[in-house]
Amino acid sequence: MLKGKSLIEPNDLSLEELDEILNLADKIVANPEEYTDVCKGKVLATLFYEPSTRTRLSFEAAMLRLGGSIMGFSSADSSSAAKGESVADTIRTIACYADIAAMRHPKEGAPKVAAMATDMPVINGGDGGHQHPTQTLTDLLTIRSLKGKLDNFTIGICGDLKFGRTVHSLIKALSRFSSVKFVLVSPEELKVPEYITHEILKNNNIDYKEVEKLEDVMGELDVLYMTRVQKERFFNEADYIRLKDSYIVDMEKLSSAKDDMIILHPLPRVNEISVEVDKDPRAAYFKQAKFGMYVRMALIMKLLGVEK
Amino acid sequence: MLKIDSVDKGLVIDHIKAGRALEIYKYLKLDKMDCSVAIIKNAKSKKLGKKDIIKVEDNINMDLTVLGFIDPDITINVIDNGVIINKINLELPSEVTNIVKCKNPRCITSIEQEVQHKFKLTDRENKTYRCIYCDTAFERN
Repeated sequence: MLKGKSLIEPNDLSLEELDEILNLADKIVANPEEYTDVCKGKVLATLFYEPSTRTRLSFEAAMLRLGGSIMGFSSADSSSAAKGESVADTIRTIACYADIAAMRHPKEGAPKVAAMATDMPVINGGDGGHQHPTQTLTDLLTIRSLKGKLDNFTIGICGDLKFGRTVHSLIKALSRFSSVKFVLVSPEELKVPEYITHEILKNNNIDYKEVEKLEDVMGELDVLYMTRVQKERFFNEADYIRLKDSYIVDMEKLSSAKDDMIILHPLPRVNEISVEVDKDPRAAYFKQAKFGMYVRMALIMKLLGVEK
Repeated sequence: MLKIDSVDKGLVIDHIKAGRALEIYKYLKLDKMDCSVAIIKNAKSKKLGKKDIIKVEDNINMDLTVLGFIDPDITINVIDNGVIINKINLELPSEVTNIVKCKNPRCITSIEQEVQHKFKLTDRENKTYRCIYCDTAFERN
């Protein structure tokens, strides 16, 4: 039963619940016009303590396409946090006005603190470098829709694997499916944190390897998940400039890839995927953004307990 | 060797890593208890080379769960009428609250004073505890 639950990290959902959300998303993708007023009278609060146009708009588009309403703020400066209000107090107040909330916060664990302070469902829209579960749902729906399955495939994850929260969430989520092989491609400085490799991959006997060069493994991959080397996660400019161009996909690198490989990216892209790749049929990152809206529609419906 | 009177009734908390007795004293809130307490520093130990020991007189009903989190190798003898009547084996508690603070500067607990510091046991074999908010591991010294 998903009604009333919060989603803080991907594994808050059982595999059955995950399936429930993805199955509903499939139905919405097939017939979106049947869902245009299922959330009439419901209000989604988007509480964004740091800017994120894409995720916030995806949540808002999802609620609007379900016939619901939206309210919220898009930076800490325009919220009561600027006056020093705690996350717990803010959410208790918002719960008086809204039926469900999506929260992005620069501090890790803030959405969990919010969820613990209220009975209203809270969705983590990204907390620092920690988790981003709706991006994970987006990734899972995209892979399942385009590859037809969530098991028995090899995924290459490339770029900033240290600070990239989408990467941590995705590895956690995919580790629950059988025979998913991980190829982790990053510079030494941006490798996946030890707790992910040790407690999730090693402890569950999951097949994985860590490599430095994308071209060495391109031919093995069924899914290539690219990430941005994020400037704001670096402590100094020099390190950022030194590393940002290390991992770029272009048509030359793609020449050794499988014909049916798909390329995903949580977006926004800077230059890690050349624009020339956009026309290649393997490029799936803009479809992925659309799947993101559909899966958020399904999630909102399930957490509110709304039926068609 | 320094002589400390043996305990007639109470607890002997033994095999504390040398230098950490005062820390344990604080964790057990012994400063707030009205009983005799002896702290022995740097006692000779076959197992550890050097160790600390805490002897607590009269009080045998204190909550010792926290010691399993701090150092599960500590041993505890319960004494009555001058003899050991029980040896308590410490277990790793599944969760600890407000015992230690999360050191991740990006954790929500670093800016919000009223949020409780909670750590959960995530890997029994390696005795790893992680902050329930940000997943950062607690590093024992």
